[in-house]
Amino acid sequence: MSETLDLPPDTPLRQSKRAVIVGASSGVGAALARELGRRGWAVALVARREQELDALCREINAAAGETRAARYVHDVTDYGAVPGLFQEILGDFKRIDSLAYVAGVMPNVVFSEYDFGKDQKMVEVHVLGAMAWLGQAAIFFERMRSGQIVGVSSVAADRGRVKNPGYNASKAAFDTYLEALRNRLTRSGVNVLTVRPGPIRTAMTEESGGLMMVPPEKVAADIARAMRRRRQVLYTPRRWWAIMLVVRNLPSFVFRRLNF
Amino acid sequence: MSSNGLLPLDRLARLENFGHSLGAPAFVYRPTNVEQVAELFQAARKQDARLTFRGAGRSYGDAALNAGGIVVDLQRMNRILAWDPQTGRITAEPGVTIEQLWKYVLADGWWPAVVPGTMFPTLGGCLGANIHGKNNWQVGTIGEQVLAYSVLLPGGEAMDLTPEDDLFYAFISSMGMLGMITRVTLQMKRVHSGELAVHAWAEPSLQAMLEATDRSKDENDYVVGWIDTTRRGEGLGRGQMHTADYLPAGADPAPRRTLQVEYQVLPDTMFGLLPKSLIHKIMPLAMHNPGVWAVNSAKYLASSTLGNHKRYRQTHVAFNFLLDYVPDWERGYGRGGLLQYQCFVPKETAGGAFKDVLQLSRSVGLPAYLGVLKRHRPDRFLLSHAVDGFSLALDYRVTARNKSRLEMLISELDSLVLDAGGRFYFAKDSTLSAARVRDFLGEPVVDRFRQLKAKLDPQGLLESDLYRRCFSENGETDG
Repeated sequence: MSETLDLPPDTPLRQSKRAVIVGASSGVGAALARELGRRGWAVALVARREQELDALCREINAAAGETRAARYVHDVTDYGAVPGLFQEILGDFKRIDSLAYVAGVMPNVVFSEYDFGKDQKMVEVHVLGAMAWLGQAAIFFERMRSGQIVGVSSVAADRGRVKNPGYNASKAAFDTYLEALRNRLTRSGVNVLTVRPGPIRTAMTEESGGLMMVPPEKVAADIARAMRRRRQVLYTPRRWWAIMLVVRNLPSFVFRRLNF
Repeated sequence: MSSNGLLPLDRLARLENFGHSLGAPAFVYRPTNVEQVAELFQAARKQDARLTFRGAGRSYGDAALNAGGIVVDLQRMNRILAWDPQTGRITAEPGVTIEQLWKYVLADGWWPAVVPGTMFPTLGGCLGANIHGKNNWQVGTIGEQVLAYSVLLPGGEAMDLTPEDDLFYAFISSMGMLGMITRVTLQMKRVHSGELAVHAWAEPSLQAMLEATDRSKDENDYVVGWIDTTRRGEGLGRGQMHTADYLPAGADPAPRRTLQVEYQVLPDTMFGLLPKSLIHKIMPLAMHNPGVWAVNSAKYLASSTLGNHKRYRQTHVAFNFLLDYVPDWERGYGRGGLLQYQCFVPKETAGGAFKDVLQLSRSVGLPAYLGVLKRHRPDRFLLSHAVDGFSLALDYRVTARNKSRLEMLISELDSLVLDAGGRFYFAKDSTLSAARVRDFLGEPVVDRFRQLKAKLDPQGLLESDLYRRCFSENGETDG
């Protein structure tokens, strides 16, 4: 941050919530930033693409009529930069109440394709980047004995499917990591929310297409509500809870013959 | 500092104010000498981090919080450096507490001339806030007992100051925002007994309370009033007065005994039967409007009948450190914490202003749970809270449900107090905006403070949450 961020000072009677959103430049991340901004949160926007980030930051501040968002250009695969950036954000925002890891990639993978480059990228963004960020957040929240970690996983984490093994595997690793964090941090008063959205209409899914797509705004609104209620796991839209209950219990002799 | 140039995460801690109504993350360091503090200044400069000092953490507001930055906890710099029992002059480090101080000097026949309502704060904190006691009218603030002190500036320079220097009146009262007081020499007060002669009686109205306080201010060494905050109409502001006087030489038949530290005990039960360590646990049972009404009414009834015009002797500790009777009493206010509102109003307008304050508070259904009245006199210190008049300190319970109503009420109270020419106190305040601070301190004082800040701390290394709230440039346009 070059310019200083002037958030309204805390008083015992008025304290704005403060969130870091990693992967904020588009899709669910951007929608969540707007949603939290509308709800009065101050948001630190972390993402790779500077222009999108700038525009979003300006949009949120203009809508609020005050400085509520600040942006930090960062590539989540630049793991070494995370501790320094975390500290910079803490210095700017003074407090952090929630950290949401929304960064995700979904390269188009065809049925017979095994592309290590694509798989590697997904593991880097969904798993290693998440570990770099959420590890910092875990230390911080544990010491504060409060706080909230939000991880945007996917319904794809529930089973390995024919379409994109790298996506399923990396989201499953992320999902398990979140569960482990929850089990570690619950005793320190920290809430860990795992979000498993169904397909969302974003730039990431534009090429692949798909059934029952929902706009990112709907997902963001559901996440914000679940954050408020300090839920543990959220399927959004809700029908995916029922669908995945069935899918999780499909026996392999059926599942391996499906194109789903 | 760690080798990668970052502040180490294992220094991170969540710090709270005394009222437990705020919590903020900070990187906490606990130096043992001035050299280490100078190194911390350097490190902060390199990190572009802000730094603030913390003593015992007894400020009701955000004075010793620095969210996201460095907090230098000075409690380990707690040595008494020199003591002369002939002259009563003592030199100490800033982490020495009031408790250490009185325990050190009492047996030699001395007592700290100014102490707050609790013995746990450090001298550094007391000087930063320029605290007062129940004898403010007679002897002034703690700053007026100081003979000399030394400071360390953020740039690394040291300075020695005495009351002849202009700057003497700036470091004291400016909440540690200009530099660090590294040692202080204080004049103690000669006492001929470990006890005070106390007189307690009831007064039926606010006006009577103010008149009694004003009458007693010249006759007695200490005077303080407890106000029943729950009454309206005729009885509004009724309460109980306490005065206390030092005993002249010869009045105490056994001064050697009463001047022993062991003699200066706080009672360990309340009302003769409740173990006081349990009180903060049962306090929540009465922490609602009807409960507070019942407790206040019972207290007034007792003080106006059985306890009326009682004269007795009480130790210095028992009379002065009322807040220490119940350990952790502030926890009794529950999760949202305690907000103390103390306003200082000139004697000419105090009656009307306090009446309005109590009435408004009651009429919106948010009566204060405790009210304390004191008499004050003006002083020369830069960011002074003092007036030739009275102060009313009110304790409010903060809950998730009453927050926004309480915020509106406090804002209204601020306007009432400012209209009456009143002032506020940084040791207590947690809600004033920069604009309101400018209103009560006056433009010239704030400008002078800013000039000093620019000169003594040109890089602005010293910043607390209180400083950002009360002195931020951009906060001055809103109300």
